[in-house]
Amino acid sequence: MDTADIERLEEIHRHYTKTNGNAISVLQGIQEEFGYLPVETMRWFSKESGIPESKFFGIATFYSQFYLKPRGKNIVTACCGTVCHVKGAHRVISRIVDELKLKKNQNTTKDKLFTLEKVNCIGACSIAPVVVINKKVTGMMTPGKIARELKKISGEKK
Amino acid sequence: MSRDIKVNVCMGTGGIAGGGTEVLDAFHLEFQKNGLGGEVGKRCKAGKVGCRGFCAKDVLVDITIDDTTSTYQHVKVKMVSRLVKEHIIGGTPVSDWLVKEDYNDFHSRQKKIVLANCGKIDPEKIEAYLEVGGYESIKKALDMSPEELREVVKKSGLRGRGGAGFPTGLKWELCAANKENPKYVICNADEGDPGAFMDRSVVEGNPHSIIEGMCIGAYAVGSHFGYVYIRAEYPLAVERLEMALEQALEHGFLGKNIHNSGFDFDVKVKLGAGAFVCGEETALIASIEGERGMPRAKPPFPANKGLWGKPTIINNVETWANLPPIIQNGADWYAAIGSEKSKGTKVFALTGKINNTGLIEVPMGIKLRDIIFDIGGGIEGGRLLKAVQTGGPSGGCIPQAHIDMKVDYDSLTEIGSMMGSGGMVVLDETDCMVNISKFFLEFTQSESCGKCIPCRIGTKRMLEILTRITEGEGREGDIELLLDLGNDVKETSLCGLGMSAPNPVLSTVRYFRHEYEAHINHKHCPAKVCRKLLTYFIRQDLCVGCGACAKTCPTGAASGKKKKPHRIDTSSCIKCGACFDVCKTKAVLKE
Repeated sequence: MDTADIERLEEIHRHYTKTNGNAISVLQGIQEEFGYLPVETMRWFSKESGIPESKFFGIATFYSQFYLKPRGKNIVTACCGTVCHVKGAHRVISRIVDELKLKKNQNTTKDKLFTLEKVNCIGACSIAPVVVINKKVTGMMTPGKIARELKKISGEKK
Repeated sequence: MSRDIKVNVCMGTGGIAGGGTEVLDAFHLEFQKNGLGGEVGKRCKAGKVGCRGFCAKDVLVDITIDDTTSTYQHVKVKMVSRLVKEHIIGGTPVSDWLVKEDYNDFHSRQKKIVLANCGKIDPEKIEAYLEVGGYESIKKALDMSPEELREVVKKSGLRGRGGAGFPTGLKWELCAANKENPKYVICNADEGDPGAFMDRSVVEGNPHSIIEGMCIGAYAVGSHFGYVYIRAEYPLAVERLEMALEQALEHGFLGKNIHNSGFDFDVKVKLGAGAFVCGEETALIASIEGERGMPRAKPPFPANKGLWGKPTIINNVETWANLPPIIQNGADWYAAIGSEKSKGTKVFALTGKINNTGLIEVPMGIKLRDIIFDIGGGIEGGRLLKAVQTGGPSGGCIPQAHIDMKVDYDSLTEIGSMMGSGGMVVLDETDCMVNISKFFLEFTQSESCGKCIPCRIGTKRMLEILTRITEGEGREGDIELLLDLGNDVKETSLCGLGMSAPNPVLSTVRYFRHEYEAHINHKHCPAKVCRKLLTYFIRQDLCVGCGACAKTCPTGAASGKKKKPHRIDTSSCIKCGACFDVCKTKAVLKE
């Protein structure tokens, strides 16, 4: 961490002291600022606030919203709800994994261009299966359609 | 000539995904182009409304001229200019694009209380809510004594819409009886069931109704502070809720001395951080307190010891939204709707293999058949109904044979399912029940918080058995083992998640045991879903040799000469199904 990072953390600390925040809101604040939760930031906060590190880690690993690793530039969120499941979400997901060449337990591509995430349900069941690409909800997904969408993005951003 | 023209575009999550934003912009553009702002009438406006319910027909657009409303379905950007030219300027609706009879069928069997104003009013403007009588109920409530108010809620027979169906009035009574202060009220908007989006739609479509409901509840139990705990995965709902809270504060429906009654109440939004178990009330409380969202043993119930150890009432979004109409129209009016022990209406997210997917609100006690065939328009593609799954991962499957059952709390529990929050997923003959129960168990197993052993380890073992069965490794005795384990997990888990996690398995074994037996004894998946039990092959007479399967096959198992029928080598086929997906002539079959 450099001094700029520490300044950012101090700002977060001030904000949550003032607004009476708790450990969850602090972590949400750090993640908003840094994009994920770097381990050092949690250590810093622990020292500063007197809250044990284990508490921060406990929360960070409990809730699926928190990321301990940096995420890719493009976030691809596949819905795994019941309706998406019965309408073939697993085939769409395995195509994404193939296209992005992700290994088991890996969800961000090597070039940090894509991160694949799964969500329990986004509730757009009428257009299942659904994939959210960079916050844009796209429905009636097929393996072919998702492959084209991904190619479009990697073509653009390369 | 000045006409009152209103264009309403469906802008729920479904509507936006269908292109609602673009359609709305197109209307604005056309209005400008045609100078409608000047000539036809200054009141001409395009506004947003929340979910219209019938998501399968998105984007839905209402065009109201004076008092006549026409509704269009599947509206695309390129259709907008004709709509403006012919309907708005010319005065003749474009009949080809109007909603058809099925749209009316979809609505005619419903009874809308909670959703009455969803899709009718602009959720981002408090004025729109006020116009339809919003915040009148809180005025009425504040004129009553808290005791009288609780009596009304008790008499109405309203039961919690979060799933378990605890009588709301009784919960409030317990909380009010506790002498400790301060008290808290919480709105549970942590809707986590896959396949359920009722609460999201209510928050997106009519956020003020929830705030008003909470205000009524707070007054009834003597609380001055409330929280809405809402999923961060619902960004639009969060945005609209925060907007509504600000407006309510500005208009004096929240804050100090509401309506000069001397009653103070304020509400804060808390974002969930993504844990299904936080829908359980004690876990939700822990999460608001900034802890890991783990449930604790009950009693004491939150009504006695809740948030920060103080008396707290937690109700679900739909429960809160029911309150303003109950206060407005009286307990007797509400109690007259529904069945003997389940009063009022219930909102369901009707989805799956059904023609008319969408959000519906029906009186309690309606027959399942009426929902599926009258409102839902029957099964997609004319296939056969196999089962209806209610209650998400906590519920069970109702087989086709019970299609004439009544839908209310007690009938659903009796049949081995539950009301749950209101997800209703329709399954057809192409769905494998073993696979479905494995799907739900995967979900609950990964969402188990790990605090109590039956849930943490029991669901894991059950999932292992199910995985084995779906992969052709099922053994004799597996079904009995599943039943045994399932009943133990159900009886000994700490919270609702664990206690209900085995339901999908138990109910599918109860009604679809033969499917389990086919998987175990014959290594056969009757619905042709479980991949490892299938063989893929190409029908030589249908294959045109386009090569799409060979191109997509990851192992080279599908191959052949160009323009000649292809073949799949079963020894190297990994059964991924990619060839099945890409074949345009449907020559790839599975058996």
